[in-house]
Amino acid sequence: MTEHTRIKGRSASLRIENLDTDQIMPKQFLRGIDKSGLKEGLLYDLRFDAQGQARSDFVLNQPSYVGASILIGGSNFGCGSSREHAVWGLQQFGIRAVIASSFAEIFYSNAMNNRLLLVTLPPEQIAQLMDDADDPSRNTVEIDIKEQSLRSYSVQANFEMMPRHLKMFLEGLDSIGLSLTYQNDISKFSDQHWTRQPWLRDVAAITHRRL
Amino acid sequence: MKPKTLYRKIVDSHTVAALDEHNLLLFCDLHLMNEYTSPQAFAGLYEQDREVSMPGQNVAVVSHIIPTHPTRIRVIEDTASALQASNLKKNCDHFHIPLFDTNDDLQGIEHVVAPEHGMIRPGMVVICGDSHTTTYGALGALGFGIGTTEVEHVLATQTLVYRLAKDMRIRIDGTLPSGTTAKDLVLAVIGHIGAQGARGYVVEYCGTAIDALSIEARFTLCNMTLEAGARGALVAPDQKAIDYVMARAPDITSEHHDAALAAWQDLHSDPGCTFDVEYQFDASDVSPQVTWGTSPDQVVAIDERIPELDELPEGPARRSAERAFHYTRLQAGAALEGTPVQHVFIGSCTNGRIEDLRAAASIVHKRHVAPGVRAMVVPGSGAVKAQAEAEGLDRIFTQAGFEWRNSGCSMCLAMNDDVLTEGTRCASTTNRNFEGRQGRGAITHLMSPAMAAAAAVAGYLTDVRRLEILQ
Repeated sequence: MTEHTRIKGRSASLRIENLDTDQIMPKQFLRGIDKSGLKEGLLYDLRFDAQGQARSDFVLNQPSYVGASILIGGSNFGCGSSREHAVWGLQQFGIRAVIASSFAEIFYSNAMNNRLLLVTLPPEQIAQLMDDADDPSRNTVEIDIKEQSLRSYSVQANFEMMPRHLKMFLEGLDSIGLSLTYQNDISKFSDQHWTRQPWLRDVAAITHRRL
Repeated sequence: MKPKTLYRKIVDSHTVAALDEHNLLLFCDLHLMNEYTSPQAFAGLYEQDREVSMPGQNVAVVSHIIPTHPTRIRVIEDTASALQASNLKKNCDHFHIPLFDTNDDLQGIEHVVAPEHGMIRPGMVVICGDSHTTTYGALGALGFGIGTTEVEHVLATQTLVYRLAKDMRIRIDGTLPSGTTAKDLVLAVIGHIGAQGARGYVVEYCGTAIDALSIEARFTLCNMTLEAGARGALVAPDQKAIDYVMARAPDITSEHHDAALAAWQDLHSDPGCTFDVEYQFDASDVSPQVTWGTSPDQVVAIDERIPELDELPEGPARRSAERAFHYTRLQAGAALEGTPVQHVFIGSCTNGRIEDLRAAASIVHKRHVAPGVRAMVVPGSGAVKAQAEAEGLDRIFTQAGFEWRNSGCSMCLAMNDDVLTEGTRCASTTNRNFEGRQGRGAITHLMSPAMAAAAAVAGYLTDVRRLEILQ
């Protein structure tokens, strides 16, 4: 077992539907040119009040949830802005997996590309996982990525992952490096593409030069 | 040959290779970048000593962090934001990528700038580290947003590892009633299918109501379809789309003109092709729409009541309404009309184009912003601003008490200094009414430019159909 085949940790429930990436990582934390400093920004308005004081009623601020590494979220988790900062922030905060009944598409790709595990399960199981999460005495969740299975106090479930994503998690994948092995195919494709449609070649450069 | 949807035709014509059962390598004709979702991608290239594969297929715009104060020379006061802008310039210079920089006269929001100068052409694949890239479906181009890891991938390879979406068709016949626009139409669609109603799908719009929309109205429609979770939105290019592109793309010379027209002829779904899901709406049922909650699907017509909790299906919809009422300080079952606003924002990639400004100006003309309301217009680009000024719209707005600003994303996401304070209620032509989107604790009501203009002069949310156009 390596860190990429198994995730075991305490879970916390976020009973919010359509939790958008603006809330996950607010605007004021998007001003960097690197990926650092996003831990502080995670779910900022939920974690802190307007004066910057930690909100004691928010689950991740409660002593028994400090160090929780698995979130159980509402449906359409991660909707809205494409900002990958949301994923980086979750990881910097220590979140290793999010479990929900559905995830927004761009967020899903962003998470997979960073090996933040997203598990999609039916709403009934999400409800059970949330109930488990709300009780600190039974909120441990264990995920076996290789087996694509998950276990909590009252849920035992299998989940699906695309083979490519599974491989990315288990072995790591230099996606760009792999695509670059198709360099000849890409060149051949673009030559044909531009022979048929010459008005697409250098479209940005040509337009910009004209203006 | 098996009949194909327009979506599949575009994907097939851009497939370099099938990677596995689920993924293919998709060639991207145009990649747009901004200052805040690209820096880490460039950093990745430097780290791996990789080059930009095809710089001429890429373009960058400073759009999100730029201040919009009406100054001749724009200075980004915030140090971190200024670094994002200078860093973008450095990266573009290094890799020979064209850039619309902070003080370029044509700077603007990427999704306004690219099509208005003819960069978007039917049948293209266009991607950008920004979710509202779906906008380009208005011209029959497949556009969608990507994350920064994918930005790096596109820079290095001009391709993307792409998972096919499912096909949805939304047919809208009938005529949009007077006082309603593409914004009302798309809000009504989102209200009906929900904030994840199109999740996993590329939506193709068709029907007589879509045919009747201008290209700019179709930009609004396709732009906002993302808010239903769609992976793309398309309208098959018609003569209007062709005319729009040809008027802006002089590099498509007479030599290529006929070949281009021939290629675009095929950009439609074949008769007999199947869609995974189909919806049908009647545009004549649409009234001016206003959101009441914190998700774009929490929307009603201005002359309707906000729903009661028990009118909403039990489960996620009801839970999120409860939360939304708490945030927006509105009562379930109450009327929206008459709710006082303190701010009005007209702009964004959804509604910051010249037709949007004309529509707002026609309401504002010979009226004045109500006491206690701060109203601003942020044109979508420098070119839109210049056009509006040539038409005298700026004077209509300023005489009415609006602020006439420089172009940018501005208060749509409040990444620059256009940020609302806690409790401020804003009538906004933008695309998201999320909690905190326009500022912590600020309350956003999404609507059309004409409706936002009506709210500005009334001082409260009101039905634009009640306001005569003053000559």
